[in-house]
Amino acid sequence: MSVLVYTESEQGTFKKVALEVASYAKAVANQMGTTVTAVAINADDTSILGTYGVDKVLKVNDSKLDKFNANAYASIMAQAAQKEDSQVVIVSSSADSKYLAPLLAVNLNAGYASNVVEVPSSTAPFTVKRTAFTNKAFNITTINTDVKLVALSKNAFGLVENSAAAAAEDFSPSIPEFGVNVESVDKVTGKVTIADAEIVVSGGRGLKGPENWGMVEELADVLGAATACSKPVSDLGWRPHSEHVGQTGKPVAANLYIAIGISGAIQHLAGINASKVKVVINTDPEAPFFKAADYGIVGDAFEVVPKLIEKLKTFKAQQ
Amino acid sequence: MKILVCISHVPDTTSKINFTEGDTKFDTNGVQFVINPNDEFGLTRAMWFKEKQGASVDVVNVGGPETEPTLRKALAIGADSAIRVNTEATDGFVVAKQLAKVVQDGGYDLVIAGRESIDYNGGMVPGMLAGLTNANFVNTCIGLEVDGTTVTATREIDGGKETVSTSFPLVIGGQKGLVEESDLRIPNMRGIMMARKKPLTVLDPVEATAETAAVKFEKPAPKGAVTLIDADNVDELVNLLHNEAKVI
Repeated sequence: MSVLVYTESEQGTFKKVALEVASYAKAVANQMGTTVTAVAINADDTSILGTYGVDKVLKVNDSKLDKFNANAYASIMAQAAQKEDSQVVIVSSSADSKYLAPLLAVNLNAGYASNVVEVPSSTAPFTVKRTAFTNKAFNITTINTDVKLVALSKNAFGLVENSAAAAAEDFSPSIPEFGVNVESVDKVTGKVTIADAEIVVSGGRGLKGPENWGMVEELADVLGAATACSKPVSDLGWRPHSEHVGQTGKPVAANLYIAIGISGAIQHLAGINASKVKVVINTDPEAPFFKAADYGIVGDAFEVVPKLIEKLKTFKAQQ
Repeated sequence: MKILVCISHVPDTTSKINFTEGDTKFDTNGVQFVINPNDEFGLTRAMWFKEKQGASVDVVNVGGPETEPTLRKALAIGADSAIRVNTEATDGFVVAKQLAKVVQDGGYDLVIAGRESIDYNGGMVPGMLAGLTNANFVNTCIGLEVDGTTVTATREIDGGKETVSTSFPLVIGGQKGLVEESDLRIPNMRGIMMARKKPLTVLDPVEATAETAAVKFEKPAPKGAVTLIDADNVDELVNLLHNEAKVI
């Protein structure tokens, strides 16, 4: 009756979100007086999961599963939940986890709460806090089914070391027809992505044109951050849609969000509201973003950002 | 090809969000409702299939009579007919179960829904619908091509995109990218006049019990005043981010 967690890996190595959901699962298991079992698909060394509180790992190894498939992965998770008699199943808020979760919910007849930001305030009834209205509000939700499925928001819980055994056990579930087959993957390499980023540097129309993005990228490089943009910038084709942050773009729950030349339309603010610390650099002191920001500089980005890059380089060199 | 587009009736993206009845209900006072933006991209893509490849396009919403102007707007954009399942959309499972009945009775090849609605952001209905109807499912879909019985879709993944092949019956969780923002359609007068004459069928719901309940809403804690830093003193920002905010 352990808490079950899906731990994502890529080329055999666990992603940060896997360790975060493991940390969260341990906190939930402690509340319920039970243990944590992780499902790891084609991961090489699973011992690190013990560092984050996982007691047991069900290792699934099958080359057919090298590429993510929502239907197959959901079926594997459902079989694991049945084997472990799990009442709580936890996944992350990655694109893949949120793809498989509703299929898993149907498979397990489980009530599903996504975008969860805290440990349950109660486990009977099972009550969680989740974001709603694209971060403009929170929704306190109860899950009323025997099996509960939770998707944890990124950066909401953090990594908590909590040593456990992580005893590995081979698991060979039946694998269903895929139905959807991956033909090709086009992934950015060597760059921090918005999905993985703890820091995001974002530019708006105030940067005047795509040719000026060099300093945004340089600032992101110094900070180990991802780059992003406002909706007008992606609509104008200065930056790809995948960088558009906001209500109809990507939500960002970073530890630090730096907005350069972005005025702060309500739809943009909704998209970044879950970020912990917000910095705004804008020439207009009346820009709405200053009301939402923690730190602000009223000034010309073309003067401020190069100075900030230099100061940060010096700071990093001293660390 | 028979297409069904699921339409959520949501507050406009500029809406201020408030709650009533002891923070248990969304306050609709003064709120303009629109087609969920993620669904609007899907509706426009469905119109493209209708015009270029030949397809019928129905739209569906699960909700009360107040959602009918939103369905009429979808008809004005070009959908052939509309269906409203007359029940409160209490949770994602209830909605998915109602939609599953519509899909099974209608024999649709392709169902396009938004990857999530911008109100509850559950992101569960398209996947649950696929699960309930044993259809193939592609989420966060940013490209969709149909060639006979073969479907090629592009979906956004963390850090990139992937191309997949699949077949009907198929449910799509769509978003911006299915069509360009500039290609979204605004109903013209002719479309609005025609929409009045198009069929809007109201169906009774099937029995479904909500698996989750939204018991209370909270708004984020009020924000403190911004700390303004002089543009000539960028050192201070680095200092505050390191020592006060502890994020670098």
